Order: sequence, then C-alpha cells, then structure tokens
Amino acid sequence: MKASHRAVVLAAVLAVLALAPAPGGNRALAVKPDEMLADAAMEARAREISKGLRCLVCQNQSIDDSDAELARDLRILVRQRLKAGDSDEAVFRFVVDRYGDFVLLKPPMKPVTYILWFGPLLILLGAMAVLVFFFIRRRGTPITASPALSEDDLARLEALLDGDRDEREEP
Amino acid sequence: MRLVYIIPLAVFATVAAAFGVGLTLKPNIVPSALIDKPVPEFTLAGLPGAEVELAEGFSSADLRGRVSIVNVFASWCFPCRIEHPLLMRLARNPKVRIFGLNYKDRPEDARAWLKELGNPYHRIGVDREGRIAIDWGVYGVPETFIIDAGGRIRYKHVGPITPSDLDEIIVPIIDRLSE
Repeated sequence: MKASHRAVVLAAVLAVLALAPAPGGNRALAVKPDEMLADAAMEARAREISKGLRCLVCQNQSIDDSDAELARDLRILVRQRLKAGDSDEAVFRFVVDRYGDFVLLKPPMKPVTYILWFGPLLILLGAMAVLVFFFIRRRGTPITASPALSEDDLARLEALLDGDRDEREEP
Repeated sequence: MRLVYIIPLAVFATVAAAFGVGLTLKPNIVPSALIDKPVPEFTLAGLPGAEVELAEGFSSADLRGRVSIVNVFASWCFPCRIEHPLLMRLARNPKVRIFGLNYKDRPEDARAWLKELGNPYHRIGVDREGRIAIDWGVYGVPETFIIDAGGRIRYKHVGPITPSDLDEIIVPIIDRLSE
C-alpha cells in the first residue's frame, strides 16, 4: 500500500471513530421507535416487564436487550397485552403460560426452586457448623500435649545449647 | 486414617459429579410449559395456491380424534431441510397425521420447498407473523409436537429430528398414544 493510500484509509477510520457514539453514551436500543407505545407510563411498564423476560433465543439477554426477532415479537405482544388492559402480573402470566418459568429472569419462589434460593444459605450454614465444630474441639485440647523432658533429654539439650554458646563466643 | 479426612474428598466428588451431569445437559433446549395441556385455540389459513388440501389450513379442532404431529417449519430454516426426509418417512406411518405450521415464510417459498422435497403434511397452516407459534411456546425452528387423540400436547422436540430421535423417541410415543 502506498503512503498516500494509507493516509486516506487512516483519515476514513478516524472519521468513523469520531462519528461513533462514546462508549457508555447513547447505546443503541433493541427497542425500536415503531414498537413504542404513545402512552409514556404504559411504555415504561412495558420496558420494566421486558427487562424481566428472558429471550429464549439468546437465553442470557432479556427481550428488552435482545435484537432477536422473537424478542421483538414478544416485546410487541407485551405492549398489546398492556393496551388490552392487562396488569403487569397478567402479562407475565401470559408469557409464562406459553414458555414456562425459565422465561422469567428472576425465578419464582416455589418448591422446585427452593434449592436454588436456599442452597447457598444451606452451604454457608454447613460450612459455619464445620468451622464451629473444629474450633470447639481444638479448645478442649491441652497446649502442653507432649510429655515432660526426661533427665537425659535435659542434659543433652543443655550440652547442645552450651556448644552453641561456645561457638558464638569464639568466632 | 480418621473418617474426617474423607470429608473434603467426598465433598469434591459430589460437586464434580454434579458438574459432570451438568455438562451433559443441553441448556438450549427449554422444556415446554405446554406438556399435557390442551393445544392452544387457533385457526390457521392454508397455503394459497397450493393443492386443494394444503390450501385449506387447519385449526385446533383438527388435532382431536387422532394422534397428530405438529411440525413447525420454514423454507429459510436449514435444519428443517435435514429433518425433512424423516418427516417423509413418518408420513407413511398410518397411526399419525402430520400438520405443518409454516413459520414466517413466504407462500411461494413454502410451495417451492414442498415441490422440491416432497410433502409430508396432511394440512399446512401459514403463520406469517409467528403469533400462533408464540401460543405454542415456539422459540426456534424446527420444533415438533406430538398431540394425543384427546388434543393434548404430550411431547415436544426442539431442533431437527435425527433418525435416532424418530426411532427411539417419537415413534414409540406415537405407538403408546395409539393404543
């Protein structure tokens, strides 16, 4: 590539970067203007509901975030239900009836999900019980567990310490 | 060795086993909320310009009285092409009738598809907006439902049917429901 060409390419790249929105700025919305409701309060409810509904195509995005076609269809459906006078709960129920609890990003509290909600707490309690058990047992153990030194041991120890001292005194 | 020293090993083995099982699961297959529920109420128009039967469409009432299959398909869906020969094979099974739910497709494309690959469907319903598919809890194409003679959804298969899915899962369910 010639130097002049390179300069043109660089200028084009810089121009594109200058036009691009700053990160964290006005991020492109998945929700398109033509989907939005005229009633601002109802639109706000629709946005809140959409944020709680999983996009089953992409699974870890809500339908409010997702560009998938099914997400768009469901966003429109949520708005239709609201316009028809459904409460927020009724809209959630409408979608759950068709797609199951998995469509809710916040899992409901019911017997099959108890392990999900309480599992971490149980593990924490279990770990605390184990710790407490070990600490209590350790407190019961006397610190001077080893038997007292015999006469011979004391004499050997004395000799060793003396030797050490001698070495230090005459370098 | 004292028994306490086994505990960390046992905990590790349990966690490893749980994760091991987790690895074999397919998170992209979401179990249907409609199993053992009656089919949703709907009426779908047929494929315009197709032969008489396919131009007729079908409704929830058509799914009662006999074991039926509802197969969600589209001409733009590549995995549908993979499972199509198996649907042709299943169409020869006298115990079952296959209904096609043509999802977000253009009628001319759907007609061309059937002409090229053959028609396994007893009836076809055209769902251009995908609205009826939502009532069925469809989140991808292809999906296949087995409906009993009472009009209840008994099984849902997500993704293309493979020969082993057909022989080991779908046909045995049809046999059981036909008894």
